[in-house]
Amino acid sequence: MKNPDAIVIGAGIVGASSALSLTNAGLKVLVIDRGAVSSGTTGAGEGNILVSDKDPGPELALALHSRNLWFEMQDDVGDSFELEAKGGVVVARRDDGPLMKLASEQSQHGVMIEKCNQSRLHELEPYLHPDISSGVFYPQDAQCQPMLAAAHVIRTVVQRGGEFISQAKVTRINVENGAVTGIETTRGTFNAPIIVNATGTWAGELAELAGSHLPIAPRKGFILVTEPTKKYIFHKVYDSDYVANVASSDADLQTSTVVEGTRSGTILIGASRERVGFDGAMNYEILRTLAAQATSLFPVLRDVQLLRAYRGFRPYAPDHLPVIGQDAKVKGLWHSAGHEGAGIGLAPGSAALITDAILGRDSFMDAAAFSPARFGRVKS
Amino acid sequence: MTHTITFTFNGNAIQCEEGQSIAAALINSNQRELRRTRFGDEPRSIFCGIGICFDCVVLINGVANQRSCLVEAHDGMIVESAQ
Repeated sequence: MKNPDAIVIGAGIVGASSALSLTNAGLKVLVIDRGAVSSGTTGAGEGNILVSDKDPGPELALALHSRNLWFEMQDDVGDSFELEAKGGVVVARRDDGPLMKLASEQSQHGVMIEKCNQSRLHELEPYLHPDISSGVFYPQDAQCQPMLAAAHVIRTVVQRGGEFISQAKVTRINVENGAVTGIETTRGTFNAPIIVNATGTWAGELAELAGSHLPIAPRKGFILVTEPTKKYIFHKVYDSDYVANVASSDADLQTSTVVEGTRSGTILIGASRERVGFDGAMNYEILRTLAAQATSLFPVLRDVQLLRAYRGFRPYAPDHLPVIGQDAKVKGLWHSAGHEGAGIGLAPGSAALITDAILGRDSFMDAAAFSPARFGRVKS
Repeated sequence: MTHTITFTFNGNAIQCEEGQSIAAALINSNQRELRRTRFGDEPRSIFCGIGICFDCVVLINGVANQRSCLVEAHDGMIVESAQ
């Protein structure tokens, strides 16, 4: 493509939805990725579109709006993302005080909640361990197939006049007088005054190519996949300690029980979090722990076989908030990255924010909390 | 000296040599379709042949999701197409 208006780097769901949003705003967009569509974190998750695990604050506001934009994006693209408003069930196995307090606070901020006693919980999830007696149902929680979604979205961008180039690794970002002018890649040089860094866990490396800095680090996680079964799990079901683990900044391993069925009949079991760099090694102890936790929530899973396990790297920012906005130092370099484990859910909302910021339009919320400048200006 | 055994697949008798996998025995008997997919109703057979892909799963003596490429055939086994 000659002279794109904007270049989006990264063909995960954040890059794809940013490219669609910019295209729909009338820009000619080039999307490039060093691999294929969804070859990073988008391809290693569960497809979570959650409001239940967010404390009141800017991330929850973004999540609530973004969740609705998911349904609009699927309508706009016209292909199935396997998007399903299946609802989430959060259970408290010990003291349910903190969960009930969080749910009450969330309900003041637009989250639909239903506090459940034992009989209601077991009506929602008949195979749940009979001893579990307290939980909260979140009907807005949803799920999609993120790889499918990213592929359909990128294809739509191309159909609407954009271009996608795969297997192009960025080797240089050209900056003149403090503003980006283009990028050099292993598949050629491309010039544009707007560059969107949607490289997720690798966003810090990309910022460095422009002489800037973003403190994004990998937070590794494993997921187990079972054989297709009859329907045992009806919602996304997780233990309330998941919320505390998501919010923790500890580098050591944390595991919490997250279980959900998929459209294809398999069951996904998570979730582990650890900061061990980009070490992709399998860890059978973690897999055993995840499996044991899942069977303690759903004893019926004891007789279900596992097909495989996969792992990925969530883009972790020190304050657990995504980075959305113009670089603190380099004009024309816009970041939308660092969404940690919430990138699928937050993608279309982030795309709306970054598009509005690039075009200087008012947006649905104040994005100041997500500003890349919050980490401190990099001295030149 | 090889010993011939017999099992059934969807009710039909299949003969094979002792030690063969169920999948190998079925392919050898020109039975390529091992099951059909749940959503697209498309035929599935051996794909990887080494236990990774789970395309060749069958019911063996009533137990679902057994990989026919890994399970040795035995006399009198009841093998059925998985749904």
